[in-house]
Amino acid sequence: MTVAPFPTPLLKTNDLLQRDYAAPRDRFDSAWEATLSTLLGLGRAAGADFVEFFLERNNYISCQAEDDAITSLSPRLVTGAGVRVFRGQADCYVSTNDLTFNGLKAALDKALAIMGLTLPGPHTNLAEINLELLRDYATAKGKDNWLGQCSSMQEMGDVLLAANGALGQKASHVQSRRAVYFRDWQEVLVAASDGTFARDIRLTQSVGYNLLCADGEHRSSIGQRAGDTSDPAFLRQWDYSTAAADVAESAGKMLYADYVESGSYPVIMANKFGGVIFHEACGHLLETTQIERGTTPFIDKKGQKIAHENLTAWDEGLTTDAFGTIDMDDEGMPAQRTLLIENGVLKNFLSDRAGSMRTGHPRTGSGRRQGFTYAAASRMRNTYIAPGDYSVEELFASVEKGIYCKQMGGGSVGPTGQFNFAVSEAYLIENGQITKPLKGATLIGEATEIMDKISMCSNDLDLAAGFCGSISGSIYVTVGQPHLKVDSITVGGR
Amino acid sequence: MPTIQDIAAYAESSAKKLGIVKYDVYGSSVDETSVQVDKGDPKQVKASNRSSVIVRVWNPDGKVGVTSTSDVDPLGMDLALQTAQEASAFGVDDHIPDFSPEAVAPTADVQVETVPAAPVGDLISTLVEAEKQLLAAHPAIASVPYNGLAQRAIDRFYLNSAGALRQEARSYASLYLYSKTEQEGRKPRSAGAMRVNRGLPLLDIEGCLKEATEKTISHLDYDKVASGKYRVVFSGEAFLSLLGAFSNMYNAQSVLDNRSLSTADSLGTVVASPLLSVYDDALHPENVSAETFDGEGTPTRRVPIIEQGVLTQFLHSAGTAKRMGASPTGHASIGAKVSVGPSYYQVLPGAEASTEFSLENAKNVIFIDDLQALHAGVNALQGSFSLPFDGWLVNGGDRTSIESATVAGDFRELLKAIVHIEPEAEITPGGLCPRIWVDALSITGEG
Repeated sequence: MTVAPFPTPLLKTNDLLQRDYAAPRDRFDSAWEATLSTLLGLGRAAGADFVEFFLERNNYISCQAEDDAITSLSPRLVTGAGVRVFRGQADCYVSTNDLTFNGLKAALDKALAIMGLTLPGPHTNLAEINLELLRDYATAKGKDNWLGQCSSMQEMGDVLLAANGALGQKASHVQSRRAVYFRDWQEVLVAASDGTFARDIRLTQSVGYNLLCADGEHRSSIGQRAGDTSDPAFLRQWDYSTAAADVAESAGKMLYADYVESGSYPVIMANKFGGVIFHEACGHLLETTQIERGTTPFIDKKGQKIAHENLTAWDEGLTTDAFGTIDMDDEGMPAQRTLLIENGVLKNFLSDRAGSMRTGHPRTGSGRRQGFTYAAASRMRNTYIAPGDYSVEELFASVEKGIYCKQMGGGSVGPTGQFNFAVSEAYLIENGQITKPLKGATLIGEATEIMDKISMCSNDLDLAAGFCGSISGSIYVTVGQPHLKVDSITVGGR
Repeated sequence: MPTIQDIAAYAESSAKKLGIVKYDVYGSSVDETSVQVDKGDPKQVKASNRSSVIVRVWNPDGKVGVTSTSDVDPLGMDLALQTAQEASAFGVDDHIPDFSPEAVAPTADVQVETVPAAPVGDLISTLVEAEKQLLAAHPAIASVPYNGLAQRAIDRFYLNSAGALRQEARSYASLYLYSKTEQEGRKPRSAGAMRVNRGLPLLDIEGCLKEATEKTISHLDYDKVASGKYRVVFSGEAFLSLLGAFSNMYNAQSVLDNRSLSTADSLGTVVASPLLSVYDDALHPENVSAETFDGEGTPTRRVPIIEQGVLTQFLHSAGTAKRMGASPTGHASIGAKVSVGPSYYQVLPGAEASTEFSLENAKNVIFIDDLQALHAGVNALQGSFSLPFDGWLVNGGDRTSIESATVAGDFRELLKAIVHIEPEAEITPGGLCPRIWVDALSITGEG
């Protein structure tokens, strides 16, 4: 009888000193497998229930034209990593700029120590984590050369100066005009002790205008932005002439606008960025982070009616080029389309890994973060109200006296479900017709009450790029909706 | 992590290699830990140790390019200087930034002791105990959904190729407690408090608990408020948040950009009630984050912004000061475009008041404790605001919490409508400010 020899000798902790873990700092690929599987094994051997590494490289640049000069060109280069350690349902997140093996090991050691665990001593058998074959969305989807295909510094300057020139020609009473652009290129690598091993490249770009007009004591300022997540030629293809005409027209109308009279009104919200109402008043309250804190009124409402029967809403990461589109979330899970509300009934919450663990709601590919200094949390992606059966004309015809909110300025939701958002371009509706521009309006209300007052949705769904700040930093999102009517809402004004 | 001397050596070596003669570097390294708890257990602990620098490079034509990076090793500094050099080809032609003329001037002799970081276990046990006490303070307080205890050590520095080198170390600890109530048949209410100091042992935890408890309980019995014009009293913190939102009014860069409520000719004009005086003083003893130099290396100092209602001085960088014939004031942050910002406000009564006001005997007055959503409800370029707030309707000393409302107005008109400034200042993380009384502001109540 012959005895088969042992396979490769088992790895012991003191062998680590002799091994070469010099993974490349300038590219995240399968060359990182040995480094990360060993570190994950160390974490598990120390007693952690779950360990995750998130590596990030970021190449960001912003450019700004003011009047007829480029006044700011600002590149930023960032490299870093974060390690998250779970023990039971508690977790710890440690981040560092140091991507050497020892730097990452030190971060892991710190995280373990905080959780009351210690790295295994010498001569301990070490089970490396068997990572999946690298799921490389960047290479599979042809993103590896995106950075080099983007506009050069020269091109950024040329486009913005031409765009700002166009704005100067179309607007009147100009006090200040700005054209702004940024490109955010991010490469991420996620490895976790459940075998997750995934890489992606994200390319987020935004370009837009900010116009300030003044005539005596009258002032108006209008901003407009377009965003994209997957087209290196985005800036070259920006239709700044149309954008300049829109911004100039809005600023001209708002320059002499009266302040809105406060009160309770029926309101028609425009499509695109009007969707911020749903984002603030409902979307945030469907994140499992809010369930964990007990700060959502919808905590036990799954399967129940929480909105008007005419309202259906989605959150997804799949719409081509949309500002919140991602191929995988920041925990390595592929994006998906998540039905939030169907005909007024709450169907799903948005969940990351920790949220799923703590609330029981399934993960939805919604674990997102600004960068390596943040642990992922459940966040929105492209969030919108589905189109309805009405025409825009039918919505206006249903309003005797109300407010048309054409441009929203942003908003927030508080821990008790109270929301607010500013209207940057509004008009008075009288007998179904727009009669005059209004400024200074803020909409306030309770999430649970407003959702039942969205009674009419038109058939013209459109999306707009936005930024969302929350527990895991500022992220890129899409808001969207068709034109819709809110039967009654409090409008703060003068 | 490399030391500041290491970074200076890397920068010098990279510059030499790339043929760069003139450059400066501003940077910091941060070591921080924060904890959150949930019903007696740690929920999430975060720790971070990171560095970042921003480099400016002047090319042979005198134009400036900028790059920031988190990679502060020799390779990272090489790349940063190289990218900045590339960007310098697109630098501005007019009003090119230069080193601050005060980058080597003596800074204030401020003795700020740093406090060693506390063990994470101490942070957790402190916060668990605070949460426990807050939950026990009143039966209606059902949870403390937003809470956190953090400590941070920062080393910051400025250096340039002309030999300037400044550095300083600071430490901070902060605590916030935000509780939520639940009562049968009533809407949930929430309120909170925050404290900041140089380290955990110095934090006023009792004070934070007391304030969070009192505020939360005070909002239990709430009511709607009728829309209309009211005399409004701003807490120190609320007034400072509004003042900060309209800081373009006294920001020289905003003035030069035509993006300010002021013009260069506004200095010396009346912009507020004579009752109001405003200073910015980074070195104030109550400022736990007192910094002795700004992002250009200019020493910080006390600057009078408004004195007895008259706009007295703008906040400056080296560049704006040069363009406006003034001195730098130590309020710059370097970047592709140098920005200017306030440090630590000090709001004081200006002219002597002729009338006494008191919340104990005032009738039908709105007391605003906290303004919300300033990012959305302030139009800083128009001067207008429309903001939700936490506050009370006060009648003869009795306070009734306001269910949901907004306050709206024009900031320039507000400053002129100030009718009283209380003598005693509140100490807040952003500055010192007493309660400010303003006449005839628009309040919109819900419903």
